Amino acid sequence: MPVHNGYTVRRDPGERGLRRRRRTWSYLVLIGLAVFFLFPLVFMVVSSLKPDGQILSDVGGWRAFLPVGDIGLHNYAEVFDRVPVGRFLLNSVIVTVVIVVAGLLVNSMAGFAISRLRWTGRGVVLSVIIATLIVPFETIAVPMVYWVSQLPTLLFQNGRIEYDFGWLDSYQVQIIPFIANGFSIFLFTQYFSTIPTALDEAARIDGASWFTIYRKIVVPLSGPAFATVAILTFLPAWNQYLWPSMVVQDEKLRPVMVGMQYFFQDNTAWGEVMAYTSMITLPVLVVFLAFQRAFVSSVAASGIKE
Amino acid sequence: MTATISPDTRAASAAPKPVSGREPRHERRSQRRAGWAMAAPAVLLLLAFLIVPVILGFVLSFTNARLVSPQPTTFTGLDNFVRAFTADPTFLRSLVNTFCFAAVVVPVQAGFGLLLAILVNQKIRGAVAFRVIFFIPVVTSIVVVSILWKFMYQPDGLINSFIDSITFGAWQGTAWLNNPSTALIAIIVLSIWQAVGFHMLIWLSGLQTIPEELYEAARIDGAGTWQQFRNVTWPCLRPTRVFVLITITIAALGLFVQIDVMTQGGPVDSTSTLVYDAVRMGYHQQQIGYGSALSLVFFVLVLIVALLQRFLTRDKD
Repeated sequence: MPVHNGYTVRRDPGERGLRRRRRTWSYLVLIGLAVFFLFPLVFMVVSSLKPDGQILSDVGGWRAFLPVGDIGLHNYAEVFDRVPVGRFLLNSVIVTVVIVVAGLLVNSMAGFAISRLRWTGRGVVLSVIIATLIVPFETIAVPMVYWVSQLPTLLFQNGRIEYDFGWLDSYQVQIIPFIANGFSIFLFTQYFSTIPTALDEAARIDGASWFTIYRKIVVPLSGPAFATVAILTFLPAWNQYLWPSMVVQDEKLRPVMVGMQYFFQDNTAWGEVMAYTSMITLPVLVVFLAFQRAFVSSVAASGIKE
Repeated sequence: MTATISPDTRAASAAPKPVSGREPRHERRSQRRAGWAMAAPAVLLLLAFLIVPVILGFVLSFTNARLVSPQPTTFTGLDNFVRAFTADPTFLRSLVNTFCFAAVVVPVQAGFGLLLAILVNQKIRGAVAFRVIFFIPVVTSIVVVSILWKFMYQPDGLINSFIDSITFGAWQGTAWLNNPSTALIAIIVLSIWQAVGFHMLIWLSGLQTIPEELYEAARIDGAGTWQQFRNVTWPCLRPTRVFVLITITIAALGLFVQIDVMTQGGPVDSTSTLVYDAVRMGYHQQQIGYGSALSLVFFVLVLIVALLQRFLTRDKD
């Protein structure tokens, strides 16, 4: 590429040619990178459609990325035959939906209380919440196993309510610890403080309770904040692995990611493993592609945190 | 919204009802009560599932607690830490591996992410599509990614056959994950592949805050592409840079899933990491006290990095 400085670039009639050449280079690099980011996923989906013998014989060439030869859904059928993957999916959906929905409610109420109400302890609560942002879950995973194994739980047995100790092997152990989230509260607090408080005052004079103001005024005006928090909590909840692999042994309660690891450990049929991974990846990719704009701006918003 | 509310406001304030003077105190009490009530669920949950475990982890680090044990738990002082740093070669190896991983991943992933951000920030057709493609691995579960790459790293897998075909058969093929000298590198590659799109977006939002006039001014002064990057882009990205480096560092120090799925720390501990070792000791071997101590070491490292961020962002002001 010719060396250019401002003077020649501005006058040179070859400027357009230079720009075009540069653009061509950009596209070549971008396309090369797109191949780099996509080839494993294409390979995964294509392999999931092939019998094992063909996967291995195709690996040496372009055929590895093309749905050719003996193509079919037999690997998928095999996965459903071998493990209750429908149940795993259901478990993950339950856990994810409850975490996201309950999280939106609990964290937005806290954000409302912090950003719009004056109460004793507000400052302390806010600084503790900010401080919790730096605690990665991995640091508390081990003591947390010990902690939840000691927590009391209510059971319905023989028509009576009884209590027992230990949350291991339950839905609640996969859900309740992840509902409150310091970062979600922080995002809500930030967003709510941009809504004028004049609205609250007007509603107070009309006799509205604070909860009504939250529900009728602030929530309807905060769509983008709710979307951001929903997206940012959906992904980690769906992808949970470390925690359920420690606290859930019962196959009936197992989420998809852990189920996949078990399936992978006692199965060397790669076609079936690829069918499993494709099955739980494609729905998320479809959701992502449908809402990519919202995803991208949510992640960008997460970068603004300080 | 405002338009529909303000007439009501006027009507309400015109009403003779409110008794001035008593209103504020009543209002203050109502705010206090509502504030606590609405913050309470989140505060209690954070207390129970974040703050208590942090404190518990700290306390357990100084005990010999086990998940299921006939003996009572006793306070053992610094024994766990002494054991970790003097008598546990796997832990020391894990610590070294974690640092090696972070030392490679932090600069490479940050630099690669910045390169991607600059490429997709160009005003060219299709830039958004490329942005989406580069972000796809981020929304793919790391468990899926680990299994998929483990498949590709097989001796007769995709990676070996690819290298074989570009070297015209000169490549013998290697079992990437079974070889102590290549296993960690193999994991580094897929980790960057999976996560770099996230940091591309963070860089991108930083790039988009730089005013176009700065570039125009630089061009008028005769600055070339590199000089524009050096003198405009780089200095303007300072806050983003600190954030990106810190988040990658913390994530890299917490490396766990890839190890658990792909290598279980092997071969011969060459891929064991701090968090993997803590989970192995604390959970699989049920030595909760010792596992908590190892987690605490990880936490201290994260705290140091976070304080570094504080320090780096403070001197700007």
